[in-house]
Amino acid sequence: MEMNPSLFEGRLVRLTSVDPDKDAEIERKWTHDLEYLHMLTEQIAMPLSIFQIKKRYEKLEKEMEESGRQFYFAVRAKAAAGHESPDRLVGFVNLSWIEWSHGSGRLSLGIGSPQDRRRGYGTEALQLIMRYAFHELNLFRVEAAVPEYNRIALPFFAKSGFAEEVRQREALHRYGRRWDLVYMGLLSDEWEETRKTRDVNREA
Amino acid sequence: MMMTTAGLQGELVRLVAPEPDRDAELLAKWSRDAEYLRLLDSDPARQWSVKKYKEWIEKDLDKERTDDFFFLIQALTDDADKKWRPIGFVGLGGIRWTHGDAWVGIGIGEREYWGKGCGTEAMRMILRFAFDELNLHRVSLTVFEYNVRAIRSYEKAGFKVEGKLRQLMRRDGRRWDLIFMGILKEDWRNDYDYTCT
Repeated sequence: MEMNPSLFEGRLVRLTSVDPDKDAEIERKWTHDLEYLHMLTEQIAMPLSIFQIKKRYEKLEKEMEESGRQFYFAVRAKAAAGHESPDRLVGFVNLSWIEWSHGSGRLSLGIGSPQDRRRGYGTEALQLIMRYAFHELNLFRVEAAVPEYNRIALPFFAKSGFAEEVRQREALHRYGRRWDLVYMGLLSDEWEETRKTRDVNREA
Repeated sequence: MMMTTAGLQGELVRLVAPEPDRDAELLAKWSRDAEYLRLLDSDPARQWSVKKYKEWIEKDLDKERTDDFFFLIQALTDDADKKWRPIGFVGLGGIRWTHGDAWVGIGIGEREYWGKGCGTEAMRMILRFAFDELNLHRVSLTVFEYNVRAIRSYEKAGFKVEGKLRQLMRRDGRRWDLIFMGILKEDWRNDYDYTCT
């Protein structure tokens, strides 16, 4: 029998806790990228201060502790071997709205800076959080809510085996028109299947 | 020009604001019915004190009304003196003002009013409130696959199925889909007679 010793570590990235003093300044910059915020949520996009972001971290950790229904990780790019520089914050992954009696959860993920996208960080963070959801939390399924205009996230989740399950018609109003809100879902046995295929491909 | 405005009153039911002292007891009474709870909510069915319900109602009535609205449903009784009797609740929550979307939730606690059209009429009324008063663009809801009566009622009120989160619920030893339904303002048939005099 083989146990996976590194739940939080991949080849490129690591899932860690937040580090409020260092992370807040980096995340503050991300909040000036309104397009990034639009891609993530339906909430009103606006720049935040370091103070506001630190408050948000505090609320987040309090909520994680008290509700037991949320698991949030900072995604950090690992420093190259032999380098002294520490791991670098590149994004986040979050499992929330967990319903333990049903084994379900809501997934969200973001890579903050445009320079850090398309480098495999997001893909690897998604693999890690799915393994965490299905093999550590033993969830039955997870879903992600994606705005129709997010042309990156839809194929991103589809590639990892997520299927489109719901299309809330015209639920979003942005860029002068209406867009659907799409829900993509993945069941644990579907994930096990894609994992097997991936492992076979890796061996080949 | 004077216009009769649409009150939240129909032929069978009307919507009123709850009174904490009077209605907390009712909400607690309804929640002792496990079937009612399991048709209503995906949280584990559980029991709360009357005091807790009272606090929730007070908190709801106290806050600045920005993103949710909660009403009690009252039905006219059948007997000769025709009184209004509280039978359930309906509410709008999680309103996203910039997008014009809201979630709706409804529950009929008095079993003898199940299947009589009261829920459907209360839903039509809250839709009128959502579209004509709040000027929303759409209203959303989720319903459990096994709640066939509710799905029929929502369809009657104009909702359409928009998909389902597969097998999201586990109850009574098997899994069930969580069905999403939605209604757009343009699909909504306003059956209220606005009379200009």
